[in-house]
Amino acid sequence: MRLVILDNYDLASEWAAKYIRNRIVQFKPSADRYFTLGLPTGSTPLGCYKKLIEYHKNGDMSFKYVKTFNMDEYVGLPRDHPESYHSYMWNNFFKYIDIDPANAHILDGNAADLQKECELFEQKIADARGIELFVGGIGPDGHIAFNEPGSSLVSRTRVKTLAQDTILANARFFGNDLSKVPTMTLTVGVGTVMDAREVLILITGAHKAFALYKAIEEGVNHMWTVSAFQQHPRTIFVCDEDATLELRVKTVKYFQGLMHVHNKLVDPLHSIRAYKD
Amino acid sequence: MPSNKSVSEEPITQFVNCRILKDHQLQREDLWVREGKILNPEKLFFDEEGYADHQVDCESKILAPGFIDVQINGGYGVDFSQGCDVRGGVALVSKRLLEHGVTSFCPTLVTSPPHIYHKVLPEMEVHDGGAEGAGVLGVHLEGPFISREKRGAHPEHCLRSFQQGSLTDLLEVYGSLDNVSIVTLAPELPGSPTVIQELVKMGVTVSLGHSVADLSQAEQAVQQGATFITHLFNAMLPFHHRDPGIVGLLTSDQLPPNCTVFYGMIADGIHTNPAALRIAHRAHPSGTNTLCGSIATMDMCVRHFRKASGCSVEAALEAASLHPAQLLGISQHKGTLDYGSDADFVLLDDSLHVKATYIGGEEVWRK
Repeated sequence: MRLVILDNYDLASEWAAKYIRNRIVQFKPSADRYFTLGLPTGSTPLGCYKKLIEYHKNGDMSFKYVKTFNMDEYVGLPRDHPESYHSYMWNNFFKYIDIDPANAHILDGNAADLQKECELFEQKIADARGIELFVGGIGPDGHIAFNEPGSSLVSRTRVKTLAQDTILANARFFGNDLSKVPTMTLTVGVGTVMDAREVLILITGAHKAFALYKAIEEGVNHMWTVSAFQQHPRTIFVCDEDATLELRVKTVKYFQGLMHVHNKLVDPLHSIRAYKD
Repeated sequence: MPSNKSVSEEPITQFVNCRILKDHQLQREDLWVREGKILNPEKLFFDEEGYADHQVDCESKILAPGFIDVQINGGYGVDFSQGCDVRGGVALVSKRLLEHGVTSFCPTLVTSPPHIYHKVLPEMEVHDGGAEGAGVLGVHLEGPFISREKRGAHPEHCLRSFQQGSLTDLLEVYGSLDNVSIVTLAPELPGSPTVIQELVKMGVTVSLGHSVADLSQAEQAVQQGATFITHLFNAMLPFHHRDPGIVGLLTSDQLPPNCTVFYGMIADGIHTNPAALRIAHRAHPSGTNTLCGSIATMDMCVRHFRKASGCSVEAALEAASLHPAQLLGISQHKGTLDYGSDADFVLLDDSLHVKATYIGGEEVWRK
């Protein structure tokens, strides 16, 4: 893996956004060859989304030939509920960019047949020729998407019941009223994300530090599902210093020492302007 | 390129780079319009997988709901109460009003003899606005059932009182109440409570004005269903600390629950002292409607009201759009920029000068 450590949340968000930008721009997506991007929700990626929007507004990147696949969505929450992941993606990302709405895929938590919806989603990913880059986050319990502790590390998109920890973590978005937090979600599986050609995990804040430690310094374990990515050929963990608080000093120093190598991935920063005729 | 056509094939326009008045605040959001109505872009994105056909750059201006003038007696050389070339007069005024950000209005007739009403009213049809001019919401009949002492410039010999205390009185004078949105009357006139009730039942807004009513008479009128005060302070008894008169309605505790009394104030710098504007607005901000009345234009009054009362830009804009729409019971589709509303709006610079006016999403005037 690559472990990229930045000083603070803003710098981590910016580094991740630059990386995504370079990947998409250098891929030179077109009508025959879309860039497929997996996307997360939650508070961690907000800064990254803001930067991507900025790059788009400056004319440096376009989402016209990008297909997106979100990781998850609540079951039974109306699509236009302010806390649905559809609302999140619209308000924080889609409304500001030039993505074709037909290419923005989010699981439908109100589908009549939830199992079928999950299978369809997997099919859509396959039809799009797989995910080029899956961006994700990590829960305080080490989960990726809603693959709660105990989820199979080869799982596919399916319905999941949320762990109590996750419901508690989400309560703040539902007026701290536990009875209002959805208890089930549709989520991509660990296996689904592992299939992506590259994975970028964004982890910021001290409250995620223990999960990061479990994910990268202990073994592969279905209790900390992000640990599965130790067996993925191309994973980058982008974090701020606070998220490294539970790691060994040696680990942190080693990867900080590699920053000059990591930074070559975002510098030079590419722009579509250079490719315009 | 539009949508999967699951809802409509009509073109979609996206107004970008603007600050829109939404949820009582100016917000940096885009405004989407299709078929003359404001569109919900999130539904468009997810349900229809659609996006805009063209974009209009608003150059960072303020985008506010079109102004609604509920009391305008004429202008530009036209006097609605004269009775000659009614259609031409309404057309001229409605066209010129676009320059001042007014997208809908109530042509107002002062106290007149019955033959004038019989002639004029049928020619002032309710109709939507467009490139030809602002929309006519309905006529405002200011008189003749008003007080002699407070008639102002209204002709004395045309004043009337209620003989039967019912709609018959009105129909005798006016001929018909089709095309009528608002009637201003003096509630101290005997027989007025039943008249007010019957008007309200018909869906006509009843306003109190040109009156010497005391507070309890005014409160009774509101209990019967009156919801507006015509040019507060003017043509009524002044506020008195032992009997505040009609002005006291702003803070009365005798009003029916969930009932808002709206009031128009002529904010032209002449009819009302700025301190009086401030007192009224502070006492009852959600009822404020700006009126121009005389020579001042609506946008001028909005600017003056803002300056005089020190209120926020949002409050000044709502006094000219949302509140009149609420008064007339049309805020489901006018006076706001909510999804589904008619796309009647204005572009303003930061000092609230009108730069462009739109009706049904089409540009009908530009500076």
